[in-house]
Amino acid sequence: MTFIQLTDVDLVYGSPGRKVSGGDTLAVSSANVGISHGEFVAIVGPSGCGKSTLLKLIAGLTKPSRGSVRVDGEGVLHPLKTVGMAFQNATLLPWRNIRDNVMLPLEIVEPHRGRQKQDREKNRDRAETLLAKVGLSGFADRMPWQLSGGMQQRAQLCRALIHEPSILLLDEPFAALDTFTREELWGVLQELWSFRKCTIILVTHELREAVFLADTVHVMSSRPGQIIQSRAVDLPRPRTLDSTFEPDFVELVQELRRHIGPGKKS
Amino acid sequence: MLERLAPWLAALVFVAVWWCVVAAFGIKSFVLPTPWETVVALCNYRYALFINGLATLATTLLGFAVAVVFGMLLGIVVGSSRLAYSALYPLLVGFNSVPKAALVPIFVIWFGAGTVPAVITAFMLSFFPIVANIATAFATIEPELLEVMRSLGASQRDMTIKIGIPRSLPFFFASLKIAITLAFVGSVIAEIVAGNTGIGNVMLIASSNFNVPLVFAALIVVGVMGVGMYAIFDFAERRMTSWSVRGANIMQQAGGG
Repeated sequence: MTFIQLTDVDLVYGSPGRKVSGGDTLAVSSANVGISHGEFVAIVGPSGCGKSTLLKLIAGLTKPSRGSVRVDGEGVLHPLKTVGMAFQNATLLPWRNIRDNVMLPLEIVEPHRGRQKQDREKNRDRAETLLAKVGLSGFADRMPWQLSGGMQQRAQLCRALIHEPSILLLDEPFAALDTFTREELWGVLQELWSFRKCTIILVTHELREAVFLADTVHVMSSRPGQIIQSRAVDLPRPRTLDSTFEPDFVELVQELRRHIGPGKKS
Repeated sequence: MLERLAPWLAALVFVAVWWCVVAAFGIKSFVLPTPWETVVALCNYRYALFINGLATLATTLLGFAVAVVFGMLLGIVVGSSRLAYSALYPLLVGFNSVPKAALVPIFVIWFGAGTVPAVITAFMLSFFPIVANIATAFATIEPELLEVMRSLGASQRDMTIKIGIPRSLPFFFASLKIAITLAFVGSVIAEIVAGNTGIGNVMLIASSNFNVPLVFAALIVVGVMGVGMYAIFDFAERRMTSWSVRGANIMQQAGGG
């Protein structure tokens, strides 16, 4: 049972909604992807291959030039409201403390929006529980700039999840972090997912990250972005840092690496 | 300690240099009076300076208040929409390039001599920095942040209230400090050209009587009012946008970072 379905999706760069013609640059070309409920999907590929564009298409922030995007059986025509998003930049609001940053979606998304006053205490508890889950208990009253890059990313994950979205879209959320922090956050994300069970789509150029986290890895080619390989990752869960050194894991990473193409740094 | 005294010391040095120049070159009082003659004029004409100073302050603040409201609204519109930005910005720049002093006689023709032209001139001179700063703050909101908001189903109003206005506050206060000084310039110019009250009017009468110490006393009154307003906005800024100043003091309050 597919939850998110992209059928023959083309996107012409910089001109949403335009028809495809000969001379245009395609950002995404004939993408066909099916994602089931609760699946953890990674999309990997060289930089500028249209990975992020694919996320925007699913979120309804961009309209496909051709083809269709369907979520839960319905065509996506407007920005979805059941989506959480996180990016490479933490994009926390510098004038709010961490707790109020995390609670931002509750001020916008219905039904929480209409119940802000009566649920104030409950929402604060919710934010603090979630912060504790990512290892940020005791930081709720800090301002964003007082936190390290890794801690800001943890807070951003909480903001993306507070309104319990059914889809979580992650656009290279760990790309700007150092290796140790990044690997630690893989563990955090895996745990969050095992406890929330939402559908996650992670865009990354880090193959080890994709194999560590995902059920299915889709490999995209460079422009025009085409999905050239979809590979199920059947390694047992929960995966740990030790499992990244096991032969099965390494072999899978190498296999995916070959698809990205020779001579290009991913 | 030195930092707190520095502005007073700088002012003292300025007065000392002024005095030395007048004494060294034996400059006549009706060309450039000494600081002492200026202070004497300040005391002798204190009543007229006080009444007219208040009139100028009221005129300036009225024009400035209109500029703040108008500037904020226009800034939000110009900064929120790319179409409005490209359509209105050149017009605003062109408008701001017109010398406002040249417009005062036209305002006098339209509204008669007195307070109204001064209020309008203060407004005209001071609204542009507010528009430009607010528009910049709104136009430079991180695109990712807008995507987060849109994916939550936020309306344009949500984005303005939750992101745009708080984000533009540091820009807003920076522009207020520029705008208030320009508002004083505007109202005093209009009073000189076509006023019947205000500090500008005092200066016009004093200079036609060659009472130059009084002209300088009037200039000092305007300068002090400008610095006073500046200080008020500076205080408000520090209270409202402490998040944008990543100082060591805030670090300590938060428990050592």
